[in-house]
Amino acid sequence: MTLLKTLAPYEFKSRDAVENYQGRQLLYVNWERHRMFSRPFVLAMKPETPFSAVLEEMAACFSYHPDWQHIDWDKAIWQNGNTPFTPDRNKTLAENGIGHKDLIRFRTPGLDGIAGTGY
Amino acid sequence: MDMKVAKKLGLKERYALMTRDLAWDTTYQKMEDVFPQTTYEGIKIHDWDKWEDPFRLTMDAYWKYQAEKERKLYAILDGFNQNNGHLSVTDARYINVLKLFLGSTPPLELMAARGFSMMGRQMNGAGPRVACQMQAVDEYRHFQTQIHSISNYNKYYNGMDEFAHQQSRMWYLSDGKSFFDDAITAGPFEFMVAIGFAFEYVLTNILFVPFISGAAYNGDMAAMTVGFSAQSDEARHMTLGLECIKFMLEQDPDNLPIVQRWIDKWTWRGTRKLASVGMMMDYMLPKRIMSFKEAWEMYVEENGGALFKDLARYGITIPKCFSQTIEEKEHVSHQSWIGFYMKPQATPFHTWIPTPDEMDWLSEKYPNTFDQYYRPVLEFFDAQEKAGNRFNNQTAPMNCQVCVSTMKFNEPGDPMEMCFRESIYNGEKFHTCSDHCKEIFDNEPEKYSQTFISSHQVLQGNCEPDGTDTSAPDFKPGQDMLGYWKLDKRALGDFNGSEDQKNFAAWREQATKN
Repeated sequence: MTLLKTLAPYEFKSRDAVENYQGRQLLYVNWERHRMFSRPFVLAMKPETPFSAVLEEMAACFSYHPDWQHIDWDKAIWQNGNTPFTPDRNKTLAENGIGHKDLIRFRTPGLDGIAGTGY
Repeated sequence: MDMKVAKKLGLKERYALMTRDLAWDTTYQKMEDVFPQTTYEGIKIHDWDKWEDPFRLTMDAYWKYQAEKERKLYAILDGFNQNNGHLSVTDARYINVLKLFLGSTPPLELMAARGFSMMGRQMNGAGPRVACQMQAVDEYRHFQTQIHSISNYNKYYNGMDEFAHQQSRMWYLSDGKSFFDDAITAGPFEFMVAIGFAFEYVLTNILFVPFISGAAYNGDMAAMTVGFSAQSDEARHMTLGLECIKFMLEQDPDNLPIVQRWIDKWTWRGTRKLASVGMMMDYMLPKRIMSFKEAWEMYVEENGGALFKDLARYGITIPKCFSQTIEEKEHVSHQSWIGFYMKPQATPFHTWIPTPDEMDWLSEKYPNTFDQYYRPVLEFFDAQEKAGNRFNNQTAPMNCQVCVSTMKFNEPGDPMEMCFRESIYNGEKFHTCSDHCKEIFDNEPEKYSQTFISSHQVLQGNCEPDGTDTSAPDFKPGQDMLGYWKLDKRALGDFNGSEDQKNFAAWREQATKN
């Protein structure tokens, strides 16, 4: 139950509602235990974008990290929020069940950042 | 015939005549119509006359004291500037502290001035009205003197000239802006708890003491004097904040749970806001005063702990977030600095990797965390920079919906894992950085679903320089962020190789050699 108290009716649209993105939606991507990119990054993409486009953005950002080239992609673990999922790179975001403001958490077992620091 | 000389008024009588006696209750209009804001938050006040004025300062005395302080301050500023005081600071890296401070603090002083002006209008009682008006003038004075003390540096160094433009636009300034926007859009009593109590009382020392001592340690007499000139005002502000808390709690037992929730909320919001002070202390001051961790222990754990012990008699308990702030004091300054280091093209101040002896200082001050979690990545960045591959992260960050910090804090109890929290409101997901921010969101989702998150606004196409044709076929949102922010290119990048670094060295050489 909201605890908001106001003097007058208080009804406003969410500032980040999906209709504000001209047909696109927000997507956050985090490489777990690689906090050098300490913040996950945010993208705006159409739901019909193939997941491979997300992988390209990940490579552009994360390849600065020496762990990137050691990733065993078969062992990578993916979560959408806290729910495990297996993305199909050739399918679209929508087909992969990815909605507005979803957070993709990408884990690479055995790779724990620079000197195992989580960075 | 003898002249009859009226007796000089005592302080107490003067105060009564010059403040409370000037107020009246309205008769043509109902008092509740004239003061509509002091009831809707649910705080019950039965007798405004019970407000104790901690200082009993009258306006005429106030002007006299403040004018005296101004005269001293500006004499020192003039002397410092005329003697090229900027060249006497420890090292040109120090000037980046001023750049960070200029963007983040004076604009918030101005917001505080606005907020306390509103309080001066809205509070029913004459006592709090006068106290809030004085504080509004103080805050305005701090806003001005801080800018004046830094303005001389602006003649010589890059990145300071557009701080006012950047305040509502730069990604890293949005946490402070959001903090004050949240407070000022709350009701008057919540504002008093937010700014008067949580910020001015519980947390202000951790902002001002390190900044002022840092200035003193690093040869910046200008900023140091501004700090000292503000100190007696701060003492008055702290007392006002505390008085307001006690007043609310003494007026009605129903006020306790509301006040407690605000204390919990605003102590946490203030803590998040101060993460950048930590990095200033640990990474940016060439000559360090103490570590952020030590400052947190002294000013927040000990002093704040004693304060909450004192408030226990009213039923107030220590803020819920307290134990998490104690755990985080080992981490936040490092996490913040790495967060800024990675964005050399997106701040008007320079960043750098600490020297080896500075890293040793950090190891000594942070024996539980620095070597284990942070030194290796800093050494990696250092090696990359020396190999000509300086880190330059180009992506737009994810931010917390409440504190608007970039997501960079770890899961409590696990420094390796990032902390994420999520809420759903009206079918939309909202992400927060911590349990405490999530709770704030969940309590008032109508308010926080409107948070201005700069990276989202960029993607909506709302962050373009004036005159951009957003309907052009090749238009890409966020294509000219430097133009939108009015970032001076000379102010970007690593400190090493910067124009500031070169000029400072050359000018100091000229000052000491033929």
